[in-house]
Amino acid sequence: MIDFELEPQILSRLQMFHAVSEHMMRPISRDCDEHEHTKPTQFYESMWSASAAADIQVGNDRSKKADGAAASAPRRANLMTVLSTEELCWGDAGLYLSTPNSGLGGAAVMAAGTPEQKERFLKRFKEGKPKWGAMAITEPSFGSDSSQVTTTATRDGDHWVINGTKIFCTAGEMAAEKSDGFVVVWATVDKSAGRPGIKPFVVEHNTPGMTVARVENKLGIRASDTAALIFDNCRIPLDALLGSAEVRKEGGFKDVMATFDATRPIVAAMAIGVGRAALDFVRDFLKEQNVPVRYGLSPRRLTAVERDFMEMEVQLQAARLLTWRAAWMLDTGKRNSLEASMAKAKAGLAVTLITQKAVELLGPLGYSRKILVEKWMRDAKINDIFEGTQQINMIIIARRILNYSSKELN
Amino acid sequence: MIDFELSEEQQMIRDSVGAFAREKIRPAARPADESGAIPAALVAEAWQFGFVSGAIPEKFGGGGDARSAVTGAIVAEELGFGDISIGLHVLAPRLFAFPIVEMGTDDQRAKYLKRFAGADFAAATAAVMEPRFDYDLSAQQVSAKRDGAGYILNGGKCYVPLAAESESILVYAATDASKGYAGVDGFIVPRSAAGVTISEREKNMGLKSLATYELTLKDCRVGADARLGGDKGIDFSRLMSESRVAFAAMGVGVMNAAFEYARDYAKERKAFGVPIATKQAIAFILADMAIEIDAARLLVWEAAYELDKGRDALKASYLAKNYVANSALKVTDNGVQVLGGHGYIREHPVEMWLRNARGFSAIEGIATV
Repeated sequence: MIDFELEPQILSRLQMFHAVSEHMMRPISRDCDEHEHTKPTQFYESMWSASAAADIQVGNDRSKKADGAAASAPRRANLMTVLSTEELCWGDAGLYLSTPNSGLGGAAVMAAGTPEQKERFLKRFKEGKPKWGAMAITEPSFGSDSSQVTTTATRDGDHWVINGTKIFCTAGEMAAEKSDGFVVVWATVDKSAGRPGIKPFVVEHNTPGMTVARVENKLGIRASDTAALIFDNCRIPLDALLGSAEVRKEGGFKDVMATFDATRPIVAAMAIGVGRAALDFVRDFLKEQNVPVRYGLSPRRLTAVERDFMEMEVQLQAARLLTWRAAWMLDTGKRNSLEASMAKAKAGLAVTLITQKAVELLGPLGYSRKILVEKWMRDAKINDIFEGTQQINMIIIARRILNYSSKELN
Repeated sequence: MIDFELSEEQQMIRDSVGAFAREKIRPAARPADESGAIPAALVAEAWQFGFVSGAIPEKFGGGGDARSAVTGAIVAEELGFGDISIGLHVLAPRLFAFPIVEMGTDDQRAKYLKRFAGADFAAATAAVMEPRFDYDLSAQQVSAKRDGAGYILNGGKCYVPLAAESESILVYAATDASKGYAGVDGFIVPRSAAGVTISEREKNMGLKSLATYELTLKDCRVGADARLGGDKGIDFSRLMSESRVAFAAMGVGVMNAAFEYARDYAKERKAFGVPIATKQAIAFILADMAIEIDAARLLVWEAAYELDKGRDALKASYLAKNYVANSALKVTDNGVQVLGGHGYIREHPVEMWLRNARGFSAIEGIATV
């Protein structure tokens, strides 16, 4: 039955996340943005212990079991993740991404690893000091066209030897050098084989041959370290290859690509959190200034500000509902590639426009670094780009609705 | 609990109304748009679905179905998909009957509802719109002044569907202009009443097979029993929320029609040796259309859900309808664009859908769930 209700227990969990956003993230938000490479270690410690204590799924943490609901209750893990992600990114999207957890590295292990590998690599996120997992795909010469991996993994006795350069690795510095974490690196065991030759390899922190070449200076999400990693004869054990070494049509690359069906709604939710931060600020501001927003009034009688604000609101809600739907489909066992891409494409675009409009509506105040609105515009932009650009998601959607293969439409 | 699955019953309704829309309504759409006339047989066939009679209480001979705005939105979308003009025509009697079902006095229900439980289409309507560019629902200029026990109505309405063939018309007027929505009442006015003038049929850009009229009231006297809901009056805001949901849902149907047609055309039509759908410019237009349809539908359902929960749906329905107004225009415009020159000719339906879609931004109150 069509239903839009969030039960009280979900709402109270969200209140908990909201408290994290409001009391742990917002107070350090501006400072972290101004000092891009200074680590908020206190924040990391607090998030790490809060996560352990409450067994809450903070961020994209695949190592933790889904929402401790009873086996008979409907699975709600994806919806819950999407909801909590929105709440946390309302706080600060950069801090959200920099939160210590298994991250996309953990997602790759869950998607492609054997049961033994899952235990070996993910157990650490439930114990000890803060740790980070990261995933390295993109290289200087490609982002969208991920079949173009040139980083190689060459078998040498009991090891794989990794050579190549990766860029745009979220939490790459923390995972590679600053914690007992790991980086999942996509490398090819056979360039001539194309996609089937690309495999995920786990490179443990501080492995000789893996260097953090630089940490980027970015437009936004500055609290999140985005690293370039160089692999120079980096030797890793054979069993660091997730899953099977066999170059075959299925598995490996495809398994990890399938995780996008789960991660795209999450990135959409990130965007929505940032968009909502801007929207909430503008709403409160207009109220304080006694500028009315009159729902139900003829559009021909609305002021420009009202019209813009209402447009922001409905665009955000449109993106949110598409995102909920994509998450719900996963929770109810349905394939959701089309819907996940719709959510991501819509959210990325809508929130870019919403946050840009928020700066505009606030005039000179919106442009100032005295308030966070200009930061949210900068933070929002990345959501239209990473985890599949808007244009790539549009191609995916187009192929699905036209029933075209990647050969027919590219 | 968040759920996007239709119930089995809703799926059946969607499929059966959808089949009727595709097989019977759609083929009649273009001829009706050109001639301005809808075949009576088609209207009669639609009546059998019980779109109006279903909600009439059993004691008046109707189906006694509990009204669900979500189900209503599903029905409205399918009808809009077939043809929005024809859909609005077959649903028009609801404009009169449903407010009486929901908010009428016992006497009003006993007097007026039986007619809509019969075997034949019973024309009836409501008068909401007024002919001002900035017409606003909360600022009705048609006034209802107390006159002894009854009221005197004065003013002009427009876009009244089926006025000329309706026995009775529910006229919305301001009894207290200072109270916005809360100061609006509905008055059951016989078409033949003194002081009522109905114009020649209006000529509109789209919705051309829907007969709409101006209605002028000059010192039109009605009794106390004509006031919908009696002394209690009505919840006009809720009625307008129901109206927005229905109209917006039909708009989603129009969007879907344009998308489907453009998609199929683009897969067939070749340029430079390949189907134009394989070109990114066209493919992206189609992808954008698909996203907007799904987004609009969910917004409409959310507003409908608020209605079904008995909550105030003004904001949700208002934002959803505005969203549909904007996105339906964009989608139907793209429908024409994808067909290129052929889209401009009155042989393909896309130009008709564009003309129909432009009406969403300006028109209120001509549909209800």
